Amino acid sequence: MSRDIKREHIAKRVGMELADGMVVNLGIGMPTLVANFLPAGVDVLFQSENGFVGLGPAPSAGQQDKDVTNAGGQPVTILPGGACFDSAMSFAIIRGGHVDVTVLGALEVDERGNLANWMVPGKIVPGMGGAMDLTVGARKVIVAMEHTAKGMPKILRQCTLPLTAKAQVDLIVTDMAVIEVTKEGLVLREVAPDTTVQAVIEATEATLIVKDVAVMPV
Amino acid sequence: MPSKITTAAAALAALQDDMTIMIGGFLCVGTPEGLVEEVLRKGTKDLTVIGSDTSFPERGIGKLIVAKRVKKVMASHIGTNPETGRQMHAGETEVVLVPQGTLAERVRAAGAGLGGVLTPTGVGTVVEEGKQKIAVDGREFLLEKPLAADFALIKAHKADEKGNLVYRRAARNFNPLMAMAAKIVVAEVEQIVPVGAIDPDEVMTPGLFVTYVVKEAVHEPGH
Repeated sequence: MSRDIKREHIAKRVGMELADGMVVNLGIGMPTLVANFLPAGVDVLFQSENGFVGLGPAPSAGQQDKDVTNAGGQPVTILPGGACFDSAMSFAIIRGGHVDVTVLGALEVDERGNLANWMVPGKIVPGMGGAMDLTVGARKVIVAMEHTAKGMPKILRQCTLPLTAKAQVDLIVTDMAVIEVTKEGLVLREVAPDTTVQAVIEATEATLIVKDVAVMPV
Repeated sequence: MPSKITTAAAALAALQDDMTIMIGGFLCVGTPEGLVEEVLRKGTKDLTVIGSDTSFPERGIGKLIVAKRVKKVMASHIGTNPETGRQMHAGETEVVLVPQGTLAERVRAAGAGLGGVLTPTGVGTVVEEGKQKIAVDGREFLLEKPLAADFALIKAHKADEKGNLVYRRAARNFNPLMAMAAKIVVAEVEQIVPVGAIDPDEVMTPGLFVTYVVKEAVHEPGH
């Protein structure tokens, strides 16, 4: 399965977690794809942490507005009914529990729902941007990522990289599986149609609680 | 009252080496690029710069980094300007990474006369190092102190002659917060309109916060 197809499957499965009327913030990169895979009849309000809600698709050529970009700096649109605000209000929305779901990528996630996605010491230190506020403040935190990186597990017993947030992740959606973070640990809820429970366990360093596993509907 | 409308050179005349400046914008959207050019032209150095990010190497705050005018930067993200990371790893520039929402509140706190803010963001991460942790009703928060500056260089869409400002779309971001947190506030604007042309209900930053208004030198038409 090509990388693009994997990413589409992840985005499509994450989309199924969104319900009509939710306020949603999508991280940069693969999470952004989720906007293309909303189930029929589901209308959500996308928040862009650089200062607006009503984030719409990229404009057609020549229609770019220098003042309307997403949090990654790419030209986007603001849909009718959208609203603009400053960074303090943007993060009041985020930190104050007014965002229903945030979807972020990850370098590592662990059994306690700890997330590391903002730096690799000595190598790459892009900064946390809004990720620490989003993971602490959003009502539900979904990690969307490929299950492994260069064959190495990303779902670990304990994160080794500096954390973005402690015990905030609720759901992990990968190309191989859907895993829920619970008080008891990581529960394997679904496996992708092209893999097996055993293969997921082998690609995961953390212990998975396995019972009533469904097939990922992608 | 003397007019607030002046040139970039006059507005930044008091800017000196070693000062702390805030620069508005998010990845250069809402950054006063003309004012940044004036800082470059003036040759001011050893600046402490506070901003959302360090932009791109060839734009806005990024240019000050590349020109090595900055001794310390406080920002939430430096990933779009590889030169910031290079200078940080080489020990040439001090970089303090601050969660974006925390940065906004620290700037707002300074302008609002608060002793700081309590935020849950960063608890259990390296961000909490060296900070007071305060429990409120059983939940842990970090005490984040106010951030003030000598100068705030901000960008607005429109100003009147009293300095009342209107921002546009996502170019608002940190600008209204920084307008409250510095001794001298310079607003670069795309349009200057007569007093009374902006309805009081539409004003986003009251003119009392703004020291100088500078007309943007070049404004791309069509937006």
